[in-house]
Amino acid sequence: MKIAVEGLHKAFESRIRLGIMSALLVNDTLDFNSLKELLDITDGNLASHIKALEKEEFIGIEKSFVGKKPNTRYYITKEGRNAFNEHLKALENIIKSGRLS
Amino acid sequence: MKEEKEYIKDLSDIREMMERSSRFLSLSGLAGVLSGIYAIAGAFIAYSVFGFNPDSIDYIPSGADNHDTDVVNVILVAISILVLALATVVFLSGRNASKRGEKLWNNSSRRLLANMSVPLATGGILIIIFIFKNLVGLVAPVSLIFYGLALFGAGRLTLSEVRYLGITQIILGVAGFIFIPYSLVIWVLGFGFVNIVYGIYMHYKYEK
Repeated sequence: MKIAVEGLHKAFESRIRLGIMSALLVNDTLDFNSLKELLDITDGNLASHIKALEKEEFIGIEKSFVGKKPNTRYYITKEGRNAFNEHLKALENIIKSGRLS
Repeated sequence: MKEEKEYIKDLSDIREMMERSSRFLSLSGLAGVLSGIYAIAGAFIAYSVFGFNPDSIDYIPSGADNHDTDVVNVILVAISILVLALATVVFLSGRNASKRGEKLWNNSSRRLLANMSVPLATGGILIIIFIFKNLVGLVAPVSLIFYGLALFGAGRLTLSEVRYLGITQIILGVAGFIFIPYSLVIWVLGFGFVNIVYGIYMHYKYEK
């Protein structure tokens, strides 16, 4: 795992990936289009960020069919949840220590 | 390393995304106000035109041989109000959603609807049963209670004030059971005035 300064995770440096993780943290699953709408980005852009998070095994994929249409839904994995929570804690710590100094 | 400002922005973005992705925030307060007005108008029509005043549990509209038609008319008025109110909520919330650059029919509105449909359908079925069993006096308080339960559950999935709106309706519904002779007045208070007051509050808080 790549850990950047002060416990911040490299994978969450991009704001879009932060957005994906935040949305998946509070929703059991979300499909591609819901994520696209929430983040307001292009298909290609979203797909590449999803791939990156998938590679870290922070999010998982659930494939099913709605009628005849394939439906891909994403969910946050246990590792993803832990890593993201740690990232959040690190963010809070940085801000707190910044205020003190 | 990023600036501290950027980390603060990160955190506020995260918080905002959690809110936006899990709650339907385009619910229209104005629609609440209008629905309240429809409810008052409907109750007024039912009372003054069709002589509807359910003051006992086994209430049967008095002073008319054709009391069945009166109850049918009141049911028609009630269904019209319901359809009109739903249409208003959908239309005005849809307008709010497009102003915010969102779709009305999205993940959070679907979840909201699915959650509310269970208590609302249960209440609706009970109301139909009560009407068939000639327990018309129970219809008004039961509708308040199940509307309140639906709103209470919805508080997590839309604007959080909806939770308190739900509690208010539940309390009024229980009061309606205790004071059956005043159940229509209490119904007007709940579906009418309380909806209007909350609607105005939410309109000024979120739609201005």
